[in-house]
Amino acid sequence: MKLDIEVWRQASPGAKGRFERHSIDGVEPHLSILELLDALNEQLIDSGHEPVAFESDCREGICGACGVTVDGAVHGPENNVPSCHQRLVHYRDGATIRIEPLRSASFPVLRDLIVDRGGLDDIIRAGGTVAVDAGTAPDADALPIPESTAETALDFAACIGCGACVAACPNGSAHLFTGAKLTHLALLPIPALERTRRARSMVAEADGLFGPCSLYGECEQACPAGIPLTAIAAVNHERLLGGLRRRLNRRAG
Amino acid sequence: MKWPRRNTPPVGAPEVEPKWRAPRVTVRGAHTGRTLDGAVPDGDPSTAWDRRRSEYKLVSPLNAKRFTVVVVGTGLAGAGAAAALGELGFKVHAFTYHDSPRRAHSVAAQGGINAARARKVDGDSQRRFVVDTVKGGDFRARESEAYRLAQESVRVIDHMSAIGAPFAREYGGMLATRSFGGVQVSRTYYTRGQTGQQLQIAGAQALQRQVKLGTVDLHDRAEMLDLIMDDGVCRGVVVRDLVSGQVWAQPAHAVILATGGYGSVYFHSTLAVNSNATAVWRAARQGAFLSHASFVQFHPTALPISTHWQSKNILMSESLRNDGRIWVPKKPGDDRAPGDIPEAERDYYLERKYPSFGNLSPRDISSRAAKEQIDSGHGVGPLANSVYLDFSDALAAHGRETIAARYGNLFDMYAHATGEDPYTVPMRIAPGAHFTMGGLWSDYDQMTSIPGLFVGGEASWAYHGANRLGANSLLSACVDGWFTLPFSVPNYLAGHLGERLPGAGDACVRDAVARVTTRTSALLAVKGKLASSHFHRELGEIMYRGVGVERTAEGLAAAIDDIHDLRHRFWREVRVPGEGRQLNQALEKAGRVADFLELAELMAVDALDRQESCGAHFRSEFQDGGEARRDDQRWAFASAWETRGASGATHDLQFTRHAEPLAFASVPLATRSYR
Repeated sequence: MKLDIEVWRQASPGAKGRFERHSIDGVEPHLSILELLDALNEQLIDSGHEPVAFESDCREGICGACGVTVDGAVHGPENNVPSCHQRLVHYRDGATIRIEPLRSASFPVLRDLIVDRGGLDDIIRAGGTVAVDAGTAPDADALPIPESTAETALDFAACIGCGACVAACPNGSAHLFTGAKLTHLALLPIPALERTRRARSMVAEADGLFGPCSLYGECEQACPAGIPLTAIAAVNHERLLGGLRRRLNRRAG
Repeated sequence: MKWPRRNTPPVGAPEVEPKWRAPRVTVRGAHTGRTLDGAVPDGDPSTAWDRRRSEYKLVSPLNAKRFTVVVVGTGLAGAGAAAALGELGFKVHAFTYHDSPRRAHSVAAQGGINAARARKVDGDSQRRFVVDTVKGGDFRARESEAYRLAQESVRVIDHMSAIGAPFAREYGGMLATRSFGGVQVSRTYYTRGQTGQQLQIAGAQALQRQVKLGTVDLHDRAEMLDLIMDDGVCRGVVVRDLVSGQVWAQPAHAVILATGGYGSVYFHSTLAVNSNATAVWRAARQGAFLSHASFVQFHPTALPISTHWQSKNILMSESLRNDGRIWVPKKPGDDRAPGDIPEAERDYYLERKYPSFGNLSPRDISSRAAKEQIDSGHGVGPLANSVYLDFSDALAAHGRETIAARYGNLFDMYAHATGEDPYTVPMRIAPGAHFTMGGLWSDYDQMTSIPGLFVGGEASWAYHGANRLGANSLLSACVDGWFTLPFSVPNYLAGHLGERLPGAGDACVRDAVARVTTRTSALLAVKGKLASSHFHRELGEIMYRGVGVERTAEGLAAAIDDIHDLRHRFWREVRVPGEGRQLNQALEKAGRVADFLELAELMAVDALDRQESCGAHFRSEFQDGGEARRDDQRWAFASAWETRGASGATHDLQFTRHAEPLAFASVPLATRSYR
């Protein structure tokens, strides 16, 4: 089939961007949005133009590198699916498809469809880590974890770090991302030892770099890893609990 | 018991009348080199690692910060090594071409990580792990390193669990395990179908912890394009900032390459679209030897290629073979829907040919059997290029809920990718290029033939021989990163205390930077008419045809000619739009394809040279009724190729094959049988 593409072009972070129109023939409904961009780029280079810069890597929905806005929807028309798995079946022959970068004030455009999502790593560095050096861990079987706890931890640990939650949020909040990490680590015995300090520093970093959460819930619709909305509740829960624990400790001390 | 003694001189030392000699190179134009010494500790291989580790020289915590170590790649091996060295106090510079260390391709591994913890009463042990690994690799890797892998596997699980990997647990709270191909015990630890992701995220977080503590400088969106070489010693790297296009040098006392495998040379593979061979190949062009270039694993449960623009063979975990049964119609060309083919007219060929391992036969054997069925007209699907992986029996026996709990995310991924529902229609799978057992040659301490240059993970050649067992790759990357390089790199550094690092003005740094900028300019200056993707796709076709699941002398010779021609055409016809000093993905891609076009030739040369079949390297001329015929008399050695010839331009390459003999003291050489 034949598709018309309107794609965002922007040479550099400071440059003025614009939409560019292209037509592409011979694509099949089962291709992904990213394979459509592959086809477009080969056509552009062969005709002497610069390709559209975009990010992607594993193309299996697990690395989190890809992420574009398609016809206004984060990642594409289907909910909870990353761009690499968004198929063209949603488009009819001759349709126009509009592809833009992920949109958020905290994700500046580097070029075309590539944005800088470094803020998410800043949140992890602030406290989404576990202070255990190589070789010092105890036997993992000596710390039994209930089956359901491990599974729930994995539900939240499944976050692929793509930034869709931020781009989908009217406030640009990163609470789903932050809450997923807080919940994941709070459920495991060794990482849970640092949960008070972790909650304080991660939430402070997230609130400083991204917007506040107003419980719109758009993030849950977009998240390709299916992170439950309860992650957002965990942000406040972990923070308040942390404050309470600190106060109790002070009184005890 | 008498253990084989080291019978060869160390690398670079004058050769003293070796007892053993490799056969002469069988490829015209290539040269026979010298016998290499892997510096494997003498004596009992099962205690070699303990003895070596106790002999290693140490760097005191106060001196550690006086050393700079570069780690390229932030996957399981790279993130682990960078974090562990940071924890020890070394000044580490970690590089990744991704926007974040978490995205390294280790993230995509699905099924699990092996560990010889041997908690169950199923007969597992560290020795059993070694036997499985050495035999699985068809006796073409070092036995002593398999012991190291077995030994360190125990605490890898403890460590990764402690730093946040939520391994699957039994209802009693203990770690759960499952079975993988090529073994008869249950030693694979997992987190649903996303084990790689969970290990990778835990590793990346450990790296970020060191970044925050100030021991590691993390450079994202930076691609390593050459080594700084000072009088034969590696002294750092040259990288290109992928956003600004700036080329800059990072000097170091030691460099670790943990940059993954080169399976994407086949264009269609299970690898990520950016995975490439550039770091490894640029090291090879500076003199690092490359072992077993042609040993490539074709994953039997990849999704078939159905259309021109399909960008990859999406991988389906091998764990699916625990419950799925593989079959094809008995009648060639049978195009009935799978449900319409009665039981009696189906050929469950793996169960038929290999009754004791059945659907869990090792990957090389499963892939070859699938190719045999497809080539003989039994393939299914629109292009008749796949086989069925059928869950109907397992669904009937265990119910949908149990199967969904085991493989839910894999079934969803399959449905997303193909539009078919695997709960009702059998999956269609086909062999796809997956893992490269070959890689930079290194000694027992994981140092390459270039002093100061270390290698870990899939970029190296260690452990897996001619075929890797499922769930051994996550293990080897973790062991290298967390529990081998942090011992062996300081041992090397201890002898270099107080050495000054070269500066921007030194000739060795200026030369390395000039090599990169010259090459970048050369790519931009071709100004041909075709995107580099055309050449990559064509290279993939040549490789699948000539250097694929099955190889022949004739096919390999043709592939060498074809690759050579394609490389010359590339340097005449490629078009790289834009400039060097900008974010330029066309330039990145073209540089990687240019490197593939050189490496591919070496892969074909290595395959043509090795006149035997072993593991994934199956030469039609050397078989016994479809089974690989190894030749231990002549070929029980690791090839280690040295590549010379001007890079980039259309010069011809010269290859010299050095060789390290492989001796097996505790796992007797035997013909593999999974029947």
